[in-house]
Amino acid sequence: MDLAYFLQQLINGITLGSVYGLIAIGYTMVYGIIGMINFAHGDIFMVGAFVALISFIIFALTSIALPIVLLLTLLIAMVFTACYGWTVEKLAYKPLRKSFRLAPLISALGMSIVLQNYVQAAQGARIKTLQPVIQGGFTFMEDTGFTVSLSYLQIFIVLVTIFLMAIFTILITRTALGRAQRACEQDRTMTALMGINVDRTISITFIIGSSLASVAGMMFVMYYGVIDFYIGFLAGIKAFTAAVLGGIGSIPGAMLGGLLIGLIEVFWSGYISIEYKDIAAFTVLVVVLIFFPTGFLGKPDIEKV
Amino acid sequence: MLKISNIETFYGNIQALRGVNVKVENGEIVALIGSNGAGKSTLLMTVSGVNKASAGEIVFNDKNIESLLPHDIVNLGISQVPEGRRIFSRLTVEDNLRLGASSNDKGIHYSKDIKDIYDLFPILKDRLGQRGGTLSGGEQQMLAIGRALMARPKMLLLDEPSLGIAPKLVNQIFVAIKNINKEKKVTIFLVEQNAKKALELADRGYVLVNGSVTLEGSGQELLKNEDIQAAYLEGGGKK
Repeated sequence: MDLAYFLQQLINGITLGSVYGLIAIGYTMVYGIIGMINFAHGDIFMVGAFVALISFIIFALTSIALPIVLLLTLLIAMVFTACYGWTVEKLAYKPLRKSFRLAPLISALGMSIVLQNYVQAAQGARIKTLQPVIQGGFTFMEDTGFTVSLSYLQIFIVLVTIFLMAIFTILITRTALGRAQRACEQDRTMTALMGINVDRTISITFIIGSSLASVAGMMFVMYYGVIDFYIGFLAGIKAFTAAVLGGIGSIPGAMLGGLLIGLIEVFWSGYISIEYKDIAAFTVLVVVLIFFPTGFLGKPDIEKV
Repeated sequence: MLKISNIETFYGNIQALRGVNVKVENGEIVALIGSNGAGKSTLLMTVSGVNKASAGEIVFNDKNIESLLPHDIVNLGISQVPEGRRIFSRLTVEDNLRLGASSNDKGIHYSKDIKDIYDLFPILKDRLGQRGGTLSGGEQQMLAIGRALMARPKMLLLDEPSLGIAPKLVNQIFVAIKNINKEKKVTIFLVEQNAKKALELADRGYVLVNGSVTLEGSGQELLKNEDIQAAYLEGGGKK
């Protein structure tokens, strides 16, 4: 039974970690490129969850086949949420780019509140539920007294996450856009002197981060079946913790951090205390930062001059 | 080709440029000399659009560029090698060069242009996979010049290419600059504290003092000028 129980936690942890990892990439990319923590990113994730929910509800009225519904919802959520992320950057951060460092941070907190209240006003304050979209799954180890279940939904979440992360890793490491982003991270003025439109590169970064967060939102609403306008806060803070844990600014770090936070949270709930699961991630973060101040995969800022 | 008229630039409340007039003709090497803080780098950054002029105009090939954004100015054909080189130290030498080619039709000329850069600075070929930050100062300067050339500029702005570089390499870099001007027909606007080297190389020169041009003339004239000899060529300040 112990092994079965452990396996079940592992499966759940990896699923949750995928969601955190997708959100964490947005934090880490934005931090990398403009050095700010986008506190509204958690709420962008929440908007993504709502867009996906609405899209699922509308498609439920039609007779379109499930795989197509999933694909369309994915695309709709990504496009709509990317528009939100793009707009937030244009309205709240770009005008403050030459301002002091804390200004966009405060602006981000403001945008977070704006988005929450906007969704609360538009969609109502009550929780919204979604009927399971993908049902069924595998069960095994029934004879041990604890049945391990691996649902199709969990497989879907992990596969989509791996697929998207692979695509975006290639985008960042192999393409001209990714090169421009890495150049912006280091020296924006010099990047502009290469003939690169820095503002557009930053906008695209927000678009990528927001669309990944929207996928996380879609996963979240499918997995838990319940959302409200406030889910962005806690999920956002945990994903931010994941980004810091992995080393903020590092994309593989964000993926690793997300996975770790998911696993920590699930194992903590499974073995220690479900009531205190929300503090688990933060406790681990404190301990890790004592020994790895730049996170696991973060790069120390030491350069040869 | 480039005409800078009555340019004034401020840093906050401090006026860095006070009505600067400079002209660079097609095919020339023009040197701007002056002491630390005279406003030389500010002038180049104003031409590149990084600093905005509060008054005056900059015309490049009959087009006003003083209100354009830096990347648009690069796309018009003005590339800059800034002071301190500012290579992307965490990126590889190859990535640095590819970034340089960003403006030029999405880098389609990359493989041809990179060969020209190797001819100019063969050492870069051996360093291609290394991170920029691991290069020596001289190699970084070569990379910075190579990177700027990847954009196929009509005009190159060079800010203190000799600063902090071993004397042997300084000569190599000045030879390369001459070469870029003569062979590649790139017009050069050069800012230097090393006034002697700059004026020997330049067709014409300007002297910038406290944000204003106080002297101009051919490179040879300025080299012979007594004020310049006293102020910039013999250790400074001796009458």
